[in-house]
Amino acid sequence: MDEIRLIEVKEEIHADNKVVAEKLRDRMAAEKTFLLNLMSSPGAGKTTLILKTIETIKDDLRMGVIEADIDSIVDAEKVAAAGIEAIQLRTGGFCHLDASMVEKGLNGLDLSVLDMVIIENVGNLVCPAEFDTGAIKNVMILSVPEGDDKPLKYPLMFSVCDVLLVNKIDYLEASDFNMTALNERVLALNPDIKIFQTSSKTGQGIEDWAAWLREATTTFIR
Amino acid sequence: MHELPVTESILDIVLKNAKKNDVKKIVTIYLNVGELSDLEEEWMQKYFQYLSKGTLAETAQLSFIVDKNDLGKIQCPKCNEEKCTLKSGKEYYIKNMEVI
Repeated sequence: MDEIRLIEVKEEIHADNKVVAEKLRDRMAAEKTFLLNLMSSPGAGKTTLILKTIETIKDDLRMGVIEADIDSIVDAEKVAAAGIEAIQLRTGGFCHLDASMVEKGLNGLDLSVLDMVIIENVGNLVCPAEFDTGAIKNVMILSVPEGDDKPLKYPLMFSVCDVLLVNKIDYLEASDFNMTALNERVLALNPDIKIFQTSSKTGQGIEDWAAWLREATTTFIR
Repeated sequence: MHELPVTESILDIVLKNAKKNDVKKIVTIYLNVGELSDLEEEWMQKYFQYLSKGTLAETAQLSFIVDKNDLGKIQCPKCNEEKCTLKSGKEYYIKNMEVI
């Protein structure tokens, strides 16, 4: 009878994605193009906020957008209509983007003429948080109608982001959303996170957020 | 949430290592799991059985070793400060495997 022997493996799972993500960051540094990963649940206002952001900074920085959805090309069409180069990735049922999918999207853009690419990740607060996309910074949107308890339910998402945009603050008056409680919950998970309050509808807070993005981009591509 | 793609990665890695080591059959796969990982072990075993059909790993058992810290909450073990950045706890690592 054959004897059982023990083989050492010592390999991390997801290591492949991490390698691709690191390579992508090196490539972005060489190309001098900032890469931002924007995440949120469906309907938090990612596309509208991207359009507002484009409007605010397109005279200063050359931008491109990678749209990811399980199906449809409506988001890319909206962004392209704003005069910005956009690529639509259809994830075909996949609930998140990983670094190799982002790489494919980037291959469809001419990075030599872009200062910044925004990835609009699949609308989902769970899966995208687990996969490194190769982005330089991670940003998430939480919209007021979703409630102030989301950091308790989806802690990883709030932990991996550099910036939180609390969006649709024009709904604040009509809701019992507690901004102080939200801030406390988020900062307990991630003390370094930067929080902005925004409304794509009224334009409130968009300038402050755009200023952060402008600064982060120019620092990276300088 | 990501049991299926993670299980696929496990299968790829063990089969790659089996090939390198001239293995006839994989019996047990030992995985080191961070305490904060939320992957469901039961589902991973089910997916593994499904994915590994027809391979050297077909009847292999997954054995999960959870790396525990005894703090009970996310807290810095050095300064006891709760406001800190999480560096580990969600790892998933294939330690070794028993093979024939």
